[in-house]
Amino acid sequence: MSKPESYEDIPGTIVFDSQQAARGYHLNQFCISLRQQKNRDKFAADPQTYIDQFPMTKEQRQAALDQEWTLLLELGGNIYYTSKLAAFHGINFQELAGLMTGMGSDAYRAMMVAGGRSIEGNRSKFEWEDN
Amino acid sequence: MAYISSGVACSHVPALGVASDTGISDDEYYGPIFKGFEPSKEWMAKEKPDVIFLVYNDHCTAFDATVIPTFALGCATEYQPADEGWGPRPVPVVKGHQELSAHIAQSLVLNMFDITVINQMEVDHGLTVPLTMMFGQPDEWPCPVVPLAVNVVQYPAPLGQRCYALGKAIRKAIEAYPENLKVCVFGTGGMSHQLQHQRAGLINSEWDARFMDLLVNDPDIGSQIEHIEYLREAGSEGIELVMWYVMRGALNEKVEEKHRFYHVPASNTAVGHLILENR
Repeated sequence: MSKPESYEDIPGTIVFDSQQAARGYHLNQFCISLRQQKNRDKFAADPQTYIDQFPMTKEQRQAALDQEWTLLLELGGNIYYTSKLAAFHGINFQELAGLMTGMGSDAYRAMMVAGGRSIEGNRSKFEWEDN
Repeated sequence: MAYISSGVACSHVPALGVASDTGISDDEYYGPIFKGFEPSKEWMAKEKPDVIFLVYNDHCTAFDATVIPTFALGCATEYQPADEGWGPRPVPVVKGHQELSAHIAQSLVLNMFDITVINQMEVDHGLTVPLTMMFGQPDEWPCPVVPLAVNVVQYPAPLGQRCYALGKAIRKAIEAYPENLKVCVFGTGGMSHQLQHQRAGLINSEWDARFMDLLVNDPDIGSQIEHIEYLREAGSEGIELVMWYVMRGALNEKVEEKHRFYHVPASNTAVGHLILENR
């Protein structure tokens, strides 16, 4: 299927569309498996053996083990799934956002308290390229 | 006959559930948000609906990636609060209204909305946080709930127009139900927020205000907001707001806005809330 959708132009955003969902299926199923304590225990005991059960690509597997949060989204992960892997590592949604944006938790939290990231300058990729 | 008296729009930020459950809802950070819902609890105590029809989305809790229904109607007698990875919320079991659900399911398909029927599911913060915001911490929820789960996680979510039309079909179904029931419809989620990648933290208060104005006063126009606008202006997770249009479609063309509240932030999200009564 072609991708005429202009959401490709939104900066710093991976839209979890049907193509991404298909790519990330096993990665996301791995992440969601960590919702259960028995699976968290197995993953903690032997990460490689646990993750090898899921037929994802080598790149996806490595990104999951290395906690590469933005790369995981690019490889088909969705935030509601990857947040389960983050939770396994004791990282909550706001801390995860601090990591993905490269701002760190404190600066990110301060930005939110001050009203969040402005829409101005953040609508289109060309606005980010100028900087 | 059953009838729809009112609608409630309400964000369902998980952190609000945590704040309520851990007793920090009056601190400096959360206090202003819970204060904004005080008039809502008073209004609810007077409104006393017999049933709540609650539109929400599941966050990969009841449905993982194996099955992704666009519209799924709960038809169970009860729904347990789900363990989302940190234990189930300590809130009452959500009682269903099986007969009304079954009636609506049948009516919707015959009106060309081919919804998925769910006879067993757990419910996550998407459903229980709005109940907390509107009812506080009762020992039991005061009325049964008919849940409608909408896919807004995997793009594309259903169009705003489709949600609006579904709301009208839900109203038709409810009004054909023989028992005299007062129904309040909840549309949940939003407002502007983006949880992912480098643009995380996006908030667009101006856009949120316009969204609420259109929803209340000009829903025919507002329901035509395109997906690209939601994604760009309200953030990748702000597209949840299409669910407010299911609620709006179930109400009269003219409604009275009884209460509006807006606050930034709760965690990563702008909190928005409306109470609408049928005129």
